[in-house]
Amino acid sequence: MSSTVLAPALPVPESPARVVLGRFLAHRSAMLGLALCLLFVAVAVAAPLISPVSPTATDWSAIRQPPSWAHWMGTDEIGRDELARVIFGARASLLAGVVSVLIAALIGVPAGLAAGFAHGTVDAALSRIVDAMLAIPFLVLAIALAAFLGPNLRNAMIAIGITTAPVFMRITRGATMDVMTHDYIEAARAVGNRPWRVAVRHVMPNIFPPILVQGTLSIATSIIAEASLSFLGLGEQPPTAAWGSMLNAAQQFLTQAPWLAIFPGAAIFLTVLGFNLMGDGLRDALDPRGS
Amino acid sequence: MMRFSLGSRLAQVLPTLFLVSIIVFGLQQLMPGDPALIIAGESAGDPQVVAQIRNELMLNRPIPVQYLHWLGDLLHGNLGYSWRLQEPVAALVAQKLPVTAQLAVMAFVFAVIIGVPMGILSAAKRNTAWDWLANGVGLFGLSIPTFWLGIVMILVVSVWLGWLPPSGYVPLTQNWVRSLATTVMPAFVLGNAIAAILMRHTRSAMLVALGQDYVRTARAKGLSEPVVVLRHALRNALIPVVTLGGLQLGTLLSGAVLTEQVFSVPGFGKLVVDAVFNRDYPVIQGVVLVTALLYVVLNLLTDLLYLLINPRMRQA
Repeated sequence: MSSTVLAPALPVPESPARVVLGRFLAHRSAMLGLALCLLFVAVAVAAPLISPVSPTATDWSAIRQPPSWAHWMGTDEIGRDELARVIFGARASLLAGVVSVLIAALIGVPAGLAAGFAHGTVDAALSRIVDAMLAIPFLVLAIALAAFLGPNLRNAMIAIGITTAPVFMRITRGATMDVMTHDYIEAARAVGNRPWRVAVRHVMPNIFPPILVQGTLSIATSIIAEASLSFLGLGEQPPTAAWGSMLNAAQQFLTQAPWLAIFPGAAIFLTVLGFNLMGDGLRDALDPRGS
Repeated sequence: MMRFSLGSRLAQVLPTLFLVSIIVFGLQQLMPGDPALIIAGESAGDPQVVAQIRNELMLNRPIPVQYLHWLGDLLHGNLGYSWRLQEPVAALVAQKLPVTAQLAVMAFVFAVIIGVPMGILSAAKRNTAWDWLANGVGLFGLSIPTFWLGIVMILVVSVWLGWLPPSGYVPLTQNWVRSLATTVMPAFVLGNAIAAILMRHTRSAMLVALGQDYVRTARAKGLSEPVVVLRHALRNALIPVVTLGGLQLGTLLSGAVLTEQVFSVPGFGKLVVDAVFNRDYPVIQGVVLVTALLYVVLNLLTDLLYLLINPRMRQA
């Protein structure tokens, strides 16, 4: 009588993506950040449905009214509902945050990849350009660019995107140089892959995590930058609602209508806090030492 | 060896400054429309005036020629003329810079006083309520917009409590008490974000230092925990933190633009904002150029200081 002895089954290793996702979902502050971000994204998307009135509708009989049941966040200097403006203001801030980071990544990631991949003159030239851009303080350069391009939301997004690009370039370059030392890149080259194919198919997927973390954290800084430009009159123009320009107007009525300075600022703070918490959580989840 | 390091560092700085000059010059090429018409203002309808401006500013010459002319002026200390104030930009910058410098120094003092002890406490009491509190304060500092914190502080400290003036500036040389009273609140607001950055870096540097063998040895010798933390770990942890502190000039200058606007402090930041409102482009260009120059020079000085205080780097 013969019997087959089965070897004990080896545990199937979990995929790295699942491990990272598991760590991220178990990160309490990251979940709080995610909840805050989702809340503001939902508010921005559903603004026309949830806003009590139009953000530009004026009511001359309700000028600078304090918060009440009729106007939960009060009214501004020309009788517009502050809650409606805070809700619609989320659109400009989130749009600017995401689009600016996309512009920055579209410029910075290919440049960083090229610098890290090609070394030599290309690396030296790109690195010097990045050094020069980083020598100009972030907001000073963004203000200058927005001022020269002309004051509107589109130009503010372009200005913030260009100013943020060097950070993406540096991170991508560093990560690419690290990945290039691995054996699988050597193997990919040895089997005859063209350089662009090695860069796109083999390097890119492996440098994605630090870019993702930087992207999330950069959305936070871009939202603050957009609010700062709007505060200075270089972003979204009135009467369209934007948190920064609302704070600029509120400054003139601090003693008579302090609520006008509280709600838009709190909205910026909570949105930025959400992205910062999420970025920190992502970084912890992607850190191999975390395991 | 040190001379070699200084030489190679200077060799890196010069191309950076050259590229900065190209970026700053390039800004005016982004301007929509004809600069001569913008400068002419109300006289834009007079072709003679417009042609004269175009000729004076060499706007009818090729862009590389314009750049070389602009660079030549720059190397002679001429940053151009303010269109609005009809004053040399260099003189305006020299006039406003001490105000921002005072604010920046005070802000940095606040940042160190708040950020470094919080970072030490957070690392020494890791995973306790103190750590959570310090991390929370750090995250708050990074997430709160400078200009909103300024507005809220004016509301609470000046409007409701009446403790400090809400705006304005008195020079130190005129009345130091009033000068401190007008700058303490903007300096605190400006220092807030840097305190958060310093806190985070001090914490991580301290955590690394506390895990080193020499700290274990110090503990094994029976030294008290404060002595281990403050005399053994902190000394080594502070080197990268000090360097980082030196590199925060950019954050300070970015923050100063908004803080000075909120508190009506007539400094460097207010100069650039007023220039933006009045489309005074030479002033914007001058301010951008000077901030970049300050940043590069300060970076270089930090590197040199590092070479002086860290003998190992001299041998590297």
